[in-house]
Parts: sequence; C-alpha cells; structure tokens
Amino acid sequence: MSTSDSHGTRLDPWFDSYAARAHRMRASEIRALFSVASRPEVVSLAGGMPYIGGLPLDELGAMAQRLIVEQGEVALQYGSGQGDEGLREQITQVMALEGISAHPDDVVVTTGSQQALDLVSTVFLDPGDVVVAEAPSYVGALGVFRAHEADVVHVPMDEDGLVPEALDRTLGELAAAGRRVKFLYTVPNFHNPGGVTLTLERRPQVVEICRRHGVLILEDNPYGLLGFDTEPLPAMRSMSEEGVIYLGSFSKTFAPGYRVGWAVAPHAVREKLVLASEAAILSPSNASQLAIRAYLEHFDWQGQIKKFREQYRERRDAMISALEEHIPEASWNVPDGGFYVWVKLPEGLDAKSMLPRAVTARVAYVSGTAFYADGQGRDHMRLSFCYPTPERIREGVRRLAGVIDAEMETVRIFGAAGEPAGDAVDFPSPDLA
Amino acid sequence: MDVMVLAGGLSHERDVSMRSGRRVQEELRDAGLKVSLHDVDSSLIPTLRSRSDVVVWPMLHGASGEDGSLQGLLELLDVPYVGTRAREARVAWVKSVAKAVFARDGIATPEYVTLPQSLFREVGAEHVIDAIVERIGLPLVVKPARGGSALGVTLVTERESMSRALVHCFAYGDTALVEAAVTGTEVAVSVLGTGADAEALPGVEITAEGAYDYDARYNPGRVEYFSPARLSEADASTVAETALAVHRNLGLRDLSRVDIILDDTGNAQVIDVNVTPGLTETSLLPQAVEASGRALGDVYTSIARAAFDRK
Repeated sequence: MSTSDSHGTRLDPWFDSYAARAHRMRASEIRALFSVASRPEVVSLAGGMPYIGGLPLDELGAMAQRLIVEQGEVALQYGSGQGDEGLREQITQVMALEGISAHPDDVVVTTGSQQALDLVSTVFLDPGDVVVAEAPSYVGALGVFRAHEADVVHVPMDEDGLVPEALDRTLGELAAAGRRVKFLYTVPNFHNPGGVTLTLERRPQVVEICRRHGVLILEDNPYGLLGFDTEPLPAMRSMSEEGVIYLGSFSKTFAPGYRVGWAVAPHAVREKLVLASEAAILSPSNASQLAIRAYLEHFDWQGQIKKFREQYRERRDAMISALEEHIPEASWNVPDGGFYVWVKLPEGLDAKSMLPRAVTARVAYVSGTAFYADGQGRDHMRLSFCYPTPERIREGVRRLAGVIDAEMETVRIFGAAGEPAGDAVDFPSPDLA
Repeated sequence: MDVMVLAGGLSHERDVSMRSGRRVQEELRDAGLKVSLHDVDSSLIPTLRSRSDVVVWPMLHGASGEDGSLQGLLELLDVPYVGTRAREARVAWVKSVAKAVFARDGIATPEYVTLPQSLFREVGAEHVIDAIVERIGLPLVVKPARGGSALGVTLVTERESMSRALVHCFAYGDTALVEAAVTGTEVAVSVLGTGADAEALPGVEITAEGAYDYDARYNPGRVEYFSPARLSEADASTVAETALAVHRNLGLRDLSRVDIILDDTGNAQVIDVNVTPGLTETSLLPQAVEASGRALGDVYTSIARAAFDRK
C-alpha cells in the first residue's frame, strides 16, 4: 500500500532530455574492471600506450620551454582550422615514406586521428548507414561509428589482411539489400587488434573493388612506420587520390599526449572536414602542432622510430616466447610490427567472462568482443606488448596462463562459458585505444 | 582533526570506491574539514605513522576494504577510523555467515546455499545444480559469496542458465551463494550510529527496468528511486526495525546499509548487509540522508568526529 507522497527520481534531472544515442553511453562492468589496471601491481597487457620512456624527455622538455619563450604568442593563440601550414608541409614528407604524394593544402590537422574519425563520420554518416570494417576492427573507430548510429558490417581477414573476395561479396550483398554503404574502414598495417598487414598484392584489389562499388576507403594508418623488419608498404592513398581518405597520427610514432593526427582527403571532402572541424573545435592546438614541428625539425625522428622499432621488437619477442612457454594451448599471430598480438583462446573459453579472474590475478587484457560491433570475439583477446618491459610481459603472460588454467577448469566442470557481462560492445577509453 | 579518506584499492570495485571516496572528500571539504584522499598502497602506513590528528574513513569496497583486513590494520596502528570494527566486518562480509546470524536471531532471509567450485567438480555439477533447483526453486539468484556492486550476480529463471551463471560467478570468487529470488518491494535502509543509539534512515525504494545490476546501479536512468519508500507506516516500521536489528546484532558501527525485500506477505527479507555502503552520486545512503532532511556534509562530519573522538 502506498501511503507516502514520495516522488520517484532517476537521479538525473536531464535523463528525458538526452538524445537517443546518449542512452547507449553507459559505464559497464568491464570498463570498471579496467580501473584496476592502472595500479602498478597489475601487469596491463590491455592498453595500446606507446613506450614514452623511450623518448629523450630532457631534450623534449628543453624544446617545450624554448617553444613557449620564443614562440609563445603563436603557440598559445588560436590557430588555423585546417592546421599549421608548416606542420602540414612536414606531414607531407612523413607520408612520402609510404608513397603518398600530397600537397600541404590536402592535409587537415586533427586532435589525434581519433578526431579525424569523428569528422569523417560527421560528414558522411546518417543514422542507419553502413560502414564496412575488418573483423575484428579498432574499438575506438567502432565507438565513433556507433555514436553516429551507423551499422558496422564486418568482413573477414586472414594472415594477408582483409580478404578481397569477401569484401566484394559483402559489398554486393549490401547493395542488393538496398543498404547505403558509406565507406570501408580499414587499418592496413599491423592491424589493431589483428596484428596482420594487408599485402602489397591485395592493396590495389581492395582499391578497385571499392571503386567498382562506389565506396570510399577510410585508410587508418597509425602503425605503418613501426614495422620490425620490413620497409613500409605503399598506402592505398598512393593508389587512389579520389577514392581514399587517409588518416595519420603522431601518437604511436612520437607521443599521444600532444594529440596530433591528420587526414588527407579528396579536395571537396577536405573542405567539408575543415568546416566540420572548425565547428567542433575551432582549431587544433597550436602549442601541440608547434611542438611536433620543432620535433620534426630538430630531432632525428626517423632514428627515434628505429629505436622504437627495436624496443617493440624485443617486447614482441618476449611476449611470443612467453606465450609459447606458458599458454601453448592457445594460438596467435606473430606480428611484424605495431603493438598487438591477437590470441585465440582454447576451445570453450570466453575472454570477456574471464576478465574478473584476470584482474584478481593482477593481469589485464582486452576481450575480443571490444573489437566487433556484433558481439563476436569472445574466443579472442588482444595483448599489447608496447608498454610493459619484457620482464613484465613475461610475468603478465605467466599470470594469464594461471587464469586460463583456472577458467578451463571451471568450464570443464560446468561445460559452458560464463554469463555475458555487460554490453556486447565496449565503449572506447584510453585503456582500449 | 584531519580526515583521510581511503579509496581505490585493488578489488573489482576500485572504480566505485574512487567515486565514493571523491564524494565523501567533497562533502567533508565543503563542510570545512581538512580532507585528503589516499589509495591503499605502500605509502599508506608511513603516511599514517607521520600524523597524529587523523581519522581514517575507509571507503574501500570489496575484499580487504570490507572483509575487516584494513580495519584490522588500522587497529594495529591504533588509528581511529569510521565504520565497523575488523571482527564484525569479517562476519558481515561473508554472506553465508551473516545469514546464519540472521537465522539465529529470527531475521528473515531468502533460503540459500553456499557452494565452493570444488564441490561441483567433486560430485558432479549437474547433480548439484539439480539439487539446488529442486530445493530452492526458480527463479533464483547466483552471486559470489563475497563481493558487492552486483558483480558476478545473475538472476536465473530457467535450469539451463545455471551453468553459465555459475561460471560467471566463479570468475569473481571461488564460492557461490545461491538464494531464492524473492519478489516484492526492494528497499534499502541505511543505518547511522552504533548500538542503542543507532537510527534507521528513511528506506529508499528501488524500482529497476530489468535487473538492479552494475549497469543499473551506476548509470542514472534505468532505476527509479523513491525516497522515502512508498510504504505504509507499518511496513516502513517493519523494514526500519529489521535494518536496526541487523545493524545491532552484527555489531556494526557508525553506518551501514541493509538491503531488504518486503515480500508479498509483508515479510521483510534481508538480502544483503553492507558495512561500507556506497556513497557515490547514485548511491542509496546519500539519498536516505537527504530524505531525512539533513545535509550530507553535516552527517558525514558527525560520523568523522564520532570516530575521531573514540581515539
């Protein structure tokens, strides 16, 4: 019986005012578990954080000081919506390493390439549009597409990257079903999370298939210069200036803290991107852009990338040998570059359901489900080797082996994997980048 | 008097703990107290030893924060702290032990059984599951025997879902508590004070779209709270008396929250007791304080001062 005149509250007076898409933005159980991963006791094989300790921090500090003292009136002021012209010139030189010939006017500087993903989505995606992406795909991109209410349709990859025949078939089926496919989102080099690279042979095939279907390519390339033994492959942008929007970033080759990335797009698209960016942020950070300019001008940045490659190669080797030693019942790829190993768990295990057990054992990873828009990926996990030292990587994999053994024991007893925990899609956070 | 709020830790509820800790810090600071927020790490003991006028407010959720370990450490260091003593916290933390106390004292609680994973292995999972379902019936709730924030909890409505629910539960701990799912009005009653001076705050009624799970608890919107609960005077009195009995009989101190379902026969069934209730922006105790007409800052200040004065 209700006797009180008590009124209900949802603790958020604006709850009914939110846009429909905001109701899907929720803190999940999985996201909460990641808060433990920041503690030093936990070996985090989860985040894609570059090894910043490998940079000459003292010299960069002196550079930052000079920047403010000598160029403070520019560095601390608003800048151009398209980005600093000098930096755009330098970006064209960086891209030349991957065969791209571009004019500085073609470049739009963004706040990390993550903002470029958002701008491209703003310009192209209406609710219900389709984005085709590799299976699996970068969690941060999936979050952006989801926020723009697009449907992601995955296309399989194999050890040579995106499978052209599958792409062709999928685009044909979507067209036949009357769906509007706006672009193919692809990470062709040292894929996140798959670790594979689209072969030279397949690149023109993918470009041609998309051209034939009238589908734009969004080529996201943060890792292209981070190959351990191989020279960079030509970007698809170098094969089609009109059919490809190319995204680059200094986050993995230099430092994500500056939040500087860029987009290179066909002329008309570029104009839209600049307008969208000005509407969103007015202009990218001048201080960050000038710092990157100074770094590219005064430091041996290519030498630094070589050092990073050596460091990351050592860490990859540590991870692979630890996996071979401790978890031989799993399977994985051996990436030639980048940050990630994509591990297939032994039969019956569920990476998402197992995560609390891993956190208890002081090791963290990202469940494969984060990299799919449709709930796939429970049988996979992404392990990052970029940030922890080789010793910590070995320790982390050893702990993970214990977690897998314990979970296998549980699954053997009950003959099933655990109850799904939280959302099928995990919203991106810096932990998952 | 300085207040040191301890939050974070290494449990699965670290995030919730940080949110609670920051809220307590903010309220006490706004009330004019000197407050710091501290994680539980290797600098904790040296920091505590270097200060003489400090009272600790443990805001850690999950093991080590609620199982009495941290309280035991503070007692060892002779540092005054807010909340239940180590020994009593240990009893309240293990749900099956707390339920045994309820049974002893005639406090209603849903029928339950606690089972370690090893037992399922030894005698065969299917046999055990059959026995559970036969005895407790469906629907039932599978939850870790230790833990909070609804982590690892599944409402099971059909026999076929039991295995998955148990695997999910055992990812959070090695012992499961399976109890009958009770339908009725869900009311959380917060209690302030200690022993004979303890008082029950107005109950907060929870109505959730779907399960009152982690998502519902910490994302405003899916749950509607009624505070005070929409109960008759008699029912409101029943839940308040029940919460007070739990608080007193378990020997809880300063603050607690007792989760109750008032079933269809008007029987108040105790589902859980929390010695470190959440104090986040969506938590129940702060809502109850507000419903009682008091300011959070005043209430938290009184709690901290009472703890400090025990020194």
